[in-house]
Amino acid sequence: MSETCKIAVERQGDVAIFWTDGYINNQGGEEIARQAYAQLDSGARALVLNLEKTRIVNSIGISILIEVLEKVMDRKGALAFCNLTPTIDKTFRIMGLAQYAAIYPTQDEAVKAVSAAG
Amino acid sequence: MCAPAAFTRGFPGGSKILILDGTLMSRRETVRPGLSASGAREVSLTIPVAPDMEIAATAQAAALGEFIQMPRDKIDEVKLAVVEACINAFEHAHSKDESVHLTFRVGRDEEEGPEYLEVEVLDQGEGFDHSSVDPPSPEKTFNEGKKRGWGLQIIRSLMDSVAITSGDWGTRILMRKYK
Repeated sequence: MSETCKIAVERQGDVAIFWTDGYINNQGGEEIARQAYAQLDSGARALVLNLEKTRIVNSIGISILIEVLEKVMDRKGALAFCNLTPTIDKTFRIMGLAQYAAIYPTQDEAVKAVSAAG
Repeated sequence: MCAPAAFTRGFPGGSKILILDGTLMSRRETVRPGLSASGAREVSLTIPVAPDMEIAATAQAAALGEFIQMPRDKIDEVKLAVVEACINAFEHAHSKDESVHLTFRVGRDEEEGPEYLEVEVLDQGEGFDHSSVDPPSPEKTFNEGKKRGWGLQIIRSLMDSVAITSGDWGTRILMRKYK
């Protein structure tokens, strides 16, 4: 069984927007991290992760997203999530991710917020 | 001191639950192979310790959750709890048969009570003392770099009841979510 998480990225100025589609486990998390670091290295200051098409993020995937968040924070950037299911939202809060990264209902709100934070 | 109140309760499909002092302690007396027109309300599944096999288990949880018309968000919570229980077994149990055995049940505590979806996750691994597990926290995660070890905490947060038994025979996680 293969449950590959598909990832699409679009750059809007210094904000990189990620769309995920599918299960975020260790492989999905590592792929997000790889692409996130590539965006940061190419000048992105802020990342927005739109998880509208993801219904499960396991704790390993979240631990990798936390590593991405820490790298963004080291660079004085910003990271925001949007379109989370209630379960993912709850899990992010349990693990403390929500204390350090903002969560918005919509992508527009997330992009607007991280753009303003610059 | 009163003796523990123990009794069994059955539901269609032939399974019975032993309830001891209100805590689920012991389980299946019969095994039904599938959810079918026979009215069975129990599904058993064995998955190998292999990448992404936990997703096969979540499909069964979703099917039974939909069967009792559990709201989708609650089904998602059960699915994530199943994922966490499976990957814990995959990573830590070192199961002798290199498999994880799951049983999914639906039932009610009382005739008019709310329906529940219950999942038993059993491995035949080394077992562990779950009471000695250092609980994770956001502070440890962010300040001390301890990013892993959240599985049991997530399971307990998402499910309405969780019972863990473990020994040299393996580990059983029994978790229930009410509709």
